[in-house]
Amino acid sequence: MSLLIETTVNGDQREFVCEADETLMDALRNRMSLTGVKEGCGTGDCGACSILLDGELVCSCLVLGAEAAGRTIETVEGISDGDELHPLQQKFLEHAALQCGICTPGFLVAAKALLERNPNPTEEEIRYGLAGNLCRCTGYDKIVRAVQAAAVEMNGES
Amino acid sequence: MRRYDTRDIAVQYLAPQTMTEAVQALAESKGRVHVLAGGSDLLARMKGGYLEPDVIVDIKRIKSMSVIKKRAEGFSIGAGVPCIHMGRHSALKKAWPGVVEAAGLIGSDQIQGRCTIVGNLCNASPAADSVPALFAAGAMAVIQGPKGERIINIENVVKGPGKTSLKKGEMVERIQLPVKQARSGDAYLRLTPRTEMDIAIVSASVNLTLDRAGTVTEARVALGAVAPVALLVAKAGKALIGTQLDDEALETMAAACRDACDPIDDKRGTIDYRTRVAGVLATRAAKLAWQRAGGK
Repeated sequence: MSLLIETTVNGDQREFVCEADETLMDALRNRMSLTGVKEGCGTGDCGACSILLDGELVCSCLVLGAEAAGRTIETVEGISDGDELHPLQQKFLEHAALQCGICTPGFLVAAKALLERNPNPTEEEIRYGLAGNLCRCTGYDKIVRAVQAAAVEMNGES
Repeated sequence: MRRYDTRDIAVQYLAPQTMTEAVQALAESKGRVHVLAGGSDLLARMKGGYLEPDVIVDIKRIKSMSVIKKRAEGFSIGAGVPCIHMGRHSALKKAWPGVVEAAGLIGSDQIQGRCTIVGNLCNASPAADSVPALFAAGAMAVIQGPKGERIINIENVVKGPGKTSLKKGEMVERIQLPVKQARSGDAYLRLTPRTEMDIAIVSASVNLTLDRAGTVTEARVALGAVAPVALLVAKAGKALIGTQLDDEALETMAAACRDACDPIDDKRGTIDYRTRVAGVLATRAAKLAWQRAGGK
């Protein structure tokens, strides 16, 4: 059963065809070439495929492509303002908050959602807020520091 | 998830707009029919190859099932409501902090944006977080099916690991919580090896109502992850009634909880450990519920 789905991705109207049991993660990657959405576990444990669906942070591996009809999707590709990196992206670079990079898009999307909800998180709040994102390289400390630094910059305190 | 080789044939995705359409779709569809609410269990199980649905019925387009409503008979939580919405609902949180906290412990923020308490119930895991809290609260499950509506005690939904009492074509439409009594409070506590992103090895929930003098008049005590299904331990609740939660009453309750345990024995928790901790968590949950009920 192939379905034609109309949706909004990073502000653009998009159409794609997908199978009934195809995940939104696969549809974003393979049908819309948004390969910033990464597959880690495919079962909602690692957060590498994190996106915003109607403004809510979700794992796109746990959403069917068909469910996206008429909804609004934001992926890591929509985070920067053209060529200008989002403060989170900039701080991830400055703090070397990534090594292999597979988890990074998911962390960026989740961290952005976290800062929108809580512009001044404590270290503990950041660690809990990002508990759904796994990183096997950095040991998390640099990620936490990058998020803290981005929060400071976004609050205009730097 | 897609199997391009063997059975790429016609898995069907249905997104009914109304309850009537949904019930019809569930009753009339052939083969393996699965309700899709949050998908955090269903899609993970499909990915793992444990489930191969023929028909997926997505209930999130049904508006009435995607809301938390305050009715005359108490708060009602639709099957399509993600747990994160429960945490944001201040009136619900104030009335049933234990239920809301239990729902809020399921998975990460990403999972919270999808998972539902009805899904948590119907997935029928012995360790489901929200289920003991719903038992303690005295919640009801409102079920829709080809023969109409039936409302049953929440304890009668789950029959065993992965098994529910729902019949062909039936689905849980919503959870109905009772009206919150004056001087009452509930609490849910769980033990996990890790602090986050883990599954309970023991959990306990207590819901107490006090009289003006602070004596317990009603008590419901429930346990999770210590038997094939969550347990409502009537003896444990009884041990608290008529007391002001003195040490003796708490120990009688804890002993009743330990007696009720029939846990698995694995590397995450031995039988002895799970059994002993059940009493400890129930005691702590009772004290917290007491505090929330205004006990001094």
